[in-house]
Parts: sequence; C-alpha cells; structure tokens
Amino acid sequence: MPEVLVLVDLVDDGGARKVGKPALELLTIARRLGEPSAVVVGPPDADVAETLKRYGAARIYTVPDTDVSGYLVAPKAELLAQLVDRAGQEGGPAAVLLPSTGEGKEIAGRLAVKTGSGLITDAVDVTRDDDGTPMTTQSVFAGNFTVRAKVTRGTPVIAVKPNSATPEEAWAEGVVEEFTVTVPDAAKGARITASQPRQSSGRPELTEAAIVVSGGRGTGGDFEPVERFADQLGAAVGASRAAVDAGWYPHSCQVGQTGKTVSPQLYVAGGISGAIQHRAGMQTSKTIVAVNKDPEAPVFDLVDFGVVGDLHTVLPAATEQISARRHHAG
Amino acid sequence: MNIVVCVKYVPDATADRRFEDDGTVDREDVDGLLSELDEYAVEQALQIREHLEDGDGGDDVVVTALCVGPEEASDAVRKALQMGADNGVHVVDDAIAGSDAPATSLVLAEAVRKLGADSGRSLVVCGMASTDGGMGVVPAMVSERLGIPGVTLGTQITVEADTVRIRRDGETSADTVEGTLPAVLSVTDQSGEARYPSFKGIMAAKKKPVETWSLADLGIDAERVGATAAWSVVEATSARPPRTAGHVVTDEDGSGAEALVGFLASKKFV
Repeated sequence: MPEVLVLVDLVDDGGARKVGKPALELLTIARRLGEPSAVVVGPPDADVAETLKRYGAARIYTVPDTDVSGYLVAPKAELLAQLVDRAGQEGGPAAVLLPSTGEGKEIAGRLAVKTGSGLITDAVDVTRDDDGTPMTTQSVFAGNFTVRAKVTRGTPVIAVKPNSATPEEAWAEGVVEEFTVTVPDAAKGARITASQPRQSSGRPELTEAAIVVSGGRGTGGDFEPVERFADQLGAAVGASRAAVDAGWYPHSCQVGQTGKTVSPQLYVAGGISGAIQHRAGMQTSKTIVAVNKDPEAPVFDLVDFGVVGDLHTVLPAATEQISARRHHAG
Repeated sequence: MNIVVCVKYVPDATADRRFEDDGTVDREDVDGLLSELDEYAVEQALQIREHLEDGDGGDDVVVTALCVGPEEASDAVRKALQMGADNGVHVVDDAIAGSDAPATSLVLAEAVRKLGADSGRSLVVCGMASTDGGMGVVPAMVSERLGIPGVTLGTQITVEADTVRIRRDGETSADTVEGTLPAVLSVTDQSGEARYPSFKGIMAAKKKPVETWSLADLGIDAERVGATAAWSVVEATSARPPRTAGHVVTDEDGSGAEALVGFLASKKFV
C-alpha cells in the first residue's frame, strides 16, 4: 500500500498538545488512498501518538522543531518535500494531505512548486478512482457549482477543508520515527519575532464546528442573543462582514468570501441579509436557518427554515425553550 | 525602491458565474474587474510609498502594477494606475489561457525578475487570494520560485529600511513576522480600506506608461503554461440543483421561536 503523508496540526488544549479534529478527518480520508503516515512537528508525545494510532496512522514521523517553528510556512513545505523525496525512492507517496487553512494552503503551494506537483485546495471530499488516483470534489462559486478534479503531475498535494469527513477509528501500528529535516537558509526568510496565543472564546472553532450561529447588521451591535443561542446549542459564533466592519465582532470570526468558509451541519444566520459575499462562506452548510426582520432579505432564498422576525426577541425565546426542553428531558 | 503589486482581473463575484463545457470559467457573460482583494494590495503599496517618501531619507519609490491576463485584463492595470500606481505591465499571450496556479506563479515570478524586483530593496505585494479561483496559494508560490521571503497574510504592515514587518492572525496565534527585502508580501482585507480613484487620479492614469509583454519577452516556453500544461485537471463540473424552497414563518406573539425550536427538534439539533 502506498504511503499517504498527512500533516498534523496540533492544538493547544489547556497547556497540553492535542490532535485537532481536522487532522483526524485527514487520517480518515488518507486511508481511502493508501497507508497514512502522520507528520508531527515537535517532540514525540505519547498521548498524541496514541490518538494518531487510534485513527489509523501506520507511521508517525516526529520532526524536531528547531528550524521549523519560528519561521513562516517555508520550513514545513521543505520538510514535506524531503519526506516526498525519500518516499520517492520506493515509488513515492500516493498523496500529501493538509488542512485547507491559510497556512495549510501556503504550505501546499510551496510544496507543489518544490516537487513539481499539481495541487488542489479547498477539497470537500477525496475519493480514489479506478486506477488509484485521488479524485477531489470542490464546491465553488458560492456553492453553486461542484467541481471534480485530479492531479496529473507529481505527487497529488491536496488541501482538505475541515468537516469534510467524519473521523473514524481504525487502529494501526503507528511506528514512530524521528525525521530530521535540513532547512536551508532560503526557507528561513520570514521570521516569527513574536507570537501571542489566540484568546480562546471557550466555544468550538468556527471552521470545525458542527453548528454555527452568526450575527450580522441586524444585531445592531448586540451579539448577546446570538452568543447565548450558540452556547445553548454548543455552537461556534460567526459574524457577517458588515458586523465585523462595524467593529462589533473580531475579524477572526468573519464568515464569507474574504473571511472563513464554514460548512457545518447547521448554520443559523441572525440579522444577516445574505449578500453574495456572505453566501460564499456558508452556502455549503447542510441545513440553513435564518432569522431576519426583513421578509425580502435574500438569505430567505437559501434557507431550509426561516423566521421573519426580530432576532432580539426570537433567539432569546428559542434559547429559553431549548433550555426548558433539555431540563425536562434531563 | 521597487514595489511591484500583482493585480488580477476576475469575473464580478456578485454576478452569476458559471463554467463553460470545457471546464473553464465563462468569462464572456460576466463583467470583469480588478479583484477586490487586490485593491488592498494596491492600497498597501501606495501607503508604503507615501510612508517612505515622507520619511527622512525621502525615498524614491516606484509602484508598478503587474497583471497576467487576457486583453481586457488591462482594465485591472488601469484601475491600479487610477488609484496611484506609477506604471503598469500587462503580460498577455494566448498560450496563457487556462493556466493553473503553478503556471500563473511562474509567469508572475519571471515578470518580477524582468522588472528586477527579486533583488535589492524591492517588494512584491499581492492580495491574499483572488476572488475567483480563491486558492490563496500564488503569493507563496511566487516567493518559493524567486527564493525570497514570503511575508504573507498581513493585517498590519510596516516597511522600514530593509525590513517588512506584518501582523498575521494565524489559526491559533497572532504573530509578528519579519522578512528582509526583497520579499513577497500578501495582505488581507483587514489591512486597510482601499482608496477610490480621484478625478485627478483618473486623468493622470491616462498618461501613465503600460508595457505589454508576451511569454517570449519573459523567456517562458509556451508549453509550460496554459490548460494543456496544467498539473491538475477538472474532470467534471455540475451546477447544484436549485434549492427547494424552505419554509418561512412570520413571528407573531412568540410563535417564531416556537416554530424555530420545533424545526430544530425535527432535525434532531435539540
């Protein structure tokens, strides 16, 4: 079985390092294409290795982070290129899978140039065609089109969007091997001179959440009803560009063409008109619900269920009713 | 100082975009314009120039708008000139049509090299992504090809002496990143609102020089670009079936919340 390299992003979990859900999704997808090898930057960690084994990593490359952390993007691309080269002596990996995040896509771009390989970003599904070639699915033009594509040259480099697969457990041996990367000076051009951990909102990550509740202009700057409703559902909170531009919510939470694209099981738009830029960021959500005072708002063309009404009354009342139901059931 | 700002001509994102039968984007029926995200790149290039020219040294800064695209893509160059870029370069060649990101980055990198902006005190400024392909990989690829630092996804940008410094909001942290010039800088839509061309700017743009280059001018073999040279291929495109109309209720005396919770319960979200 050919090797499939999976770049694993570790997330900070109260001081400990933990494998993020997107990496588990990538391992699940990798098993369709070959034998997953997890690539982890940083010292070996028993808990991390255990998780990677549980989700099917046949091999785990741990890479000392000297010369990798501390610089932007390029050393990670260098590392993957060296792993591709090494595997190349045995026929080459079937694919390299990375998370389709800002950094993941940049690593993919550099890796593609380094190895002379085609790349595909923002894949929402990856399958294997009859001759074993990875076949990707992307959703483009605000979700109006589905594109099936494949790489025709080199080692397919594929960046996959979070929420594109359900992580499935499948124990594998997970042989740990330390891999030392040689990072040339050319890859150390962009130095990280200061780093401030993102303050956690305590809510799920926007791009990974199964449920997202977003607020827009209609909040009038008061996100409390949106946040309380989100917390009742265990959801992430998003915002439209109008809300972000008004300074009501941080840009890191912006959903839309120039913000984050989300594809949750449920998307709730509160006081968002549904301009094309916002639609581009959420239209592939499985179920869409909107609350908006304006019955003419274009968002209602997208919804599975809509309420014409003021979010400041509808969302708090709904929050209370859900809470009562849970209390009753509990 | 040499600043090259890469601008892309894209189909209007607010229009009804679709594919041709051969898997390429239909560019006939939709108006094109300068990609909105590249307007931020032009803005930052102009602000860097203003900052350096106002400085003690009274730097001499030339901002060149560089565009790779068909004839009509000169509109994107013109918009950048109207905003305040000093001159333009438009790389146009029939062989380029259908190029993928690796080929596009090759053409851009060679054009930057011909402009001499891959050496000395130079900066290549890009938007974070195009608003059509939206991959967000070309700035990193140009940096990789030129072998110069890639200081990407900047939300706050400063250039001092030989250093470009940005704030970058990553997935898990907000970082300060520095690179020594020459460098490729990419900027997000949080870097600062792009200016509108003034009447004076529009008039002045008419007199600014725009050079047109072909692949031969860049020493690129036509076989290395275009649809046939792409390293990935679109196998099929399909339009999403129109959504079946959803159920919309009007909130009266609290009925909206009840109906909403009922819907969520029916879908097992609560």
